[in-house]
Amino acid sequence: MSGVRVAGVGLTPFGASPERTGRDLFAEAGCDALADADVDRDDVEALLYGNFMGELAEHQGHQGPLMAEAVGVDAPATRFEAACASSGVAVREGVKRVRNGEADVLMVGGAERMTNLGTAGATEALAIAADDLWEVSAGMTFPGAYALMAQAYFAEYGGSREDLAEIAVKNHDNALINDKAQYQREIDVETVVDAPMVSEPLGLYDSCPISDGAAAVVLVSDEFAAEHGLDASVSITGTGQGGDLMALHDREYLARSPAADEAAEEAYADADVRPGDVDVAEVHDCFTIAEVLALESLGLCEVGEGVSAAADGVTTKDGEMPVNLSGGLKAKGHPVGATGASQICELTMLLRGDHPNSDAVPEAECGLAHNAGGTVASAVVHVLEVVA
Amino acid sequence: MSDADEEVVDAGYDEWVTAVADGEGYYLECENDHGSLPPRRVCPHCGSLDIAEVPLPEAGEIQTFTVTHVATPNFTEDTPYAVCIARFGDVRVTGQMRDVAVEDVEVGLTVEIDVAQTETTGDDLVVFRPR
Repeated sequence: MSGVRVAGVGLTPFGASPERTGRDLFAEAGCDALADADVDRDDVEALLYGNFMGELAEHQGHQGPLMAEAVGVDAPATRFEAACASSGVAVREGVKRVRNGEADVLMVGGAERMTNLGTAGATEALAIAADDLWEVSAGMTFPGAYALMAQAYFAEYGGSREDLAEIAVKNHDNALINDKAQYQREIDVETVVDAPMVSEPLGLYDSCPISDGAAAVVLVSDEFAAEHGLDASVSITGTGQGGDLMALHDREYLARSPAADEAAEEAYADADVRPGDVDVAEVHDCFTIAEVLALESLGLCEVGEGVSAAADGVTTKDGEMPVNLSGGLKAKGHPVGATGASQICELTMLLRGDHPNSDAVPEAECGLAHNAGGTVASAVVHVLEVVA
Repeated sequence: MSDADEEVVDAGYDEWVTAVADGEGYYLECENDHGSLPPRRVCPHCGSLDIAEVPLPEAGEIQTFTVTHVATPNFTEDTPYAVCIARFGDVRVTGQMRDVAVEDVEVGLTVEIDVAQTETTGDDLVVFRPR
């Protein structure tokens, strides 16, 4: 079984660029990833592409070949959809194909155009990740779904809006020097708590923004990296995926994310590492409460203790386990189909030492990526390690 | 093939909504006493194919809720509204609270289930009323 190297990464700036087409966004990320990898585009054997709401935002289905064409890759292309975990599942498929010898060079990534829909339109588009018959029909929005989990978490384990606010403050702080981030702006707890409510107890600053953007990585086999003398020091050494019932009300737990527990367990076993080995993590903080659920599922915090991790300084830039040094979805932005791949980009740079925040983790050798779809009915976890 | 302007129902779901509106709500129970909501052929909790309709308990309890201020276009004129998950015996249902001010909704509230219409579109939706 071949190891899987991340040979190159590419990211557009995340933010509001409503006029930019999905194909233009992905072309930029894909071309940057090929240049970073120093791999010829003719060597790419397939494109695995994540996108969630292309039909609604651009009236565009069948985006796989469209995106391959945009980036100049003449190879079979397939779109993957798992709501906000769309490119996370694409990465996982890429890892499997390289491992089993089906391919030596793959492009994996994703893109989303969202801000052209406006706030109400994007809210409607995001809601289709929930159960249409049983949840959307009752007026449950996406922030509303996470608010239901936050309220249930508070009732079961305690915690406060101020605790959640510390997560937003931390992730904004991390994004200050990340030029790809949508918000490079410092905020404080008071600002978060006093912001307009979206869906109580989650306010505007508990929520990630609506974003446009794309991300791409070039994955290669160990053999290809060696034969071509590539400078590819980071490998994806573990992959895992979990699933759960679609509607929140059908789940055993309202304040936990078992799909991510399963994904983490599988990824850790696959890489033969433990939570204690992780030096840095990028987790799916679409809302502040989502980072709490992620930390607990990943085993980085005990259940019921994730809510205070940012306030206690455990997950801050200078803490023992920095989380979301990119700024996370909260401050870097969340073009949903791009997010899973963008986490791989950020972690690769953090581990290589060429990320704006690499100085916070100079000795880091093991990174963890957690990408969630819907109210975590889909979860994908990847382990990245420095191998050369 | 149906005409585009013809109302097409969601079989299983729409009958359930009608039954709830008539005060004859039900849920699906499998041979292992797991509750779920239609339409289903398989119990989502254990995979049993042996599932049957049983009456929904009249009283439920609010387990979690959120007051939504930013809505999708179908609910903009309904804001602010409280979306709740309520437990009725072996099954939970998602719906909106009625007849209680949104600031007075709380976990533990005893409710009954009904069907009402949204202010924005007039579409049916599941609601809970205090009991």
